[in-house]
Amino acid sequence: MENNQQHDESVVGHIAPASMYVSIWAVLMAFTAITVFAATIELHVFNIVVALLIATIKGTLVVLFFMHLRYSPKLTMVTVVASIFFLFILFGLTMTDYLSRGWLTSAGH
Amino acid sequence: MATSDIQVAEHALQHHFADMEQQRETSTFGMWMFLLTEIMFFGGLFCVYLVYRAAYYTAFVEGSQKMNIWLGATNTAVLICSSLTMALGVRAAQMAKPKLMIALLLITILFGLGFLGIKGIEYHEHWVNHEFPGPNFHFVTGDPEHPATDAQHTEIYFSLYWAMTGLHALHMIIGVGLVLWIVLAGMRGAFTPHYYNPVENVGLYWHFVDLVWIYLFPLLYLISKKHGG
Repeated sequence: MENNQQHDESVVGHIAPASMYVSIWAVLMAFTAITVFAATIELHVFNIVVALLIATIKGTLVVLFFMHLRYSPKLTMVTVVASIFFLFILFGLTMTDYLSRGWLTSAGH
Repeated sequence: MATSDIQVAEHALQHHFADMEQQRETSTFGMWMFLLTEIMFFGGLFCVYLVYRAAYYTAFVEGSQKMNIWLGATNTAVLICSSLTMALGVRAAQMAKPKLMIALLLITILFGLGFLGIKGIEYHEHWVNHEFPGPNFHFVTGDPEHPATDAQHTEIYFSLYWAMTGLHALHMIIGVGLVLWIVLAGMRGAFTPHYYNPVENVGLYWHFVDLVWIYLFPLLYLISKKHGG
């Protein structure tokens, strides 16, 4: 009994049940099948919207459970949110430039 | 504190950490900081993709129709399976089951090599179809009755396809090497439930590479409705 307690104390980090990993795997496989099926339906511009929405659900599951973000310190969560924030600054500022080119000249010329 | 605990602590705890938990959290945080730079690394390519896709949408749709969606979907499934065996491998390390960890990580390596093999088949198809950017690039649609309306700019799509999947494949090759390193260290008995930081961090790397593919698949293969097979 005392040995068991010592063993528990020496374990660092959270151990999730194997069934959780298998459940997440099953959901990820199901969404992969759904996204391939969705690609056979004509949704015009929404094909990519649906595909990216499913990818984001899958990505969130991978980060939260496979990468243990759910069981990690808040500092790790801040790191992940910061990376997404800066990624969108990169996309946002780049696209405000490229998408708005010609807006000012087209009216005058 | 029991004698065995002191021995383990002397073996694995670096002097500048208060305890094993702090050491593990610091190590994992460092790995996340590295992955943040990796996100910005891939982010540059995703940004180029976004700019050119906005400029030459028709060419991107026509280029993406040449992707083999079944091989792409199979590879997505292969990577998800590899992430499961990786996650269970880390769990086995946490639970002091080194043999189970080694077995699960070897399966992860097999899935990783399977992914690279399938990717190689796709690369070969594109290569023989002259869909590699350069002097021999030549684009024709799969359907002779509907010739490409913007064949010229499909070369930009294929440049990004090769660059993005190529960088991803390079990460896969590095990942296979890292998992192999963990397997070899595991055989020497390097990891305990007390100390498994390298297993956890290589796991984070592996899941990150899976995550990149989860976005590459829709962006390169599923831009629009698939025509035919």
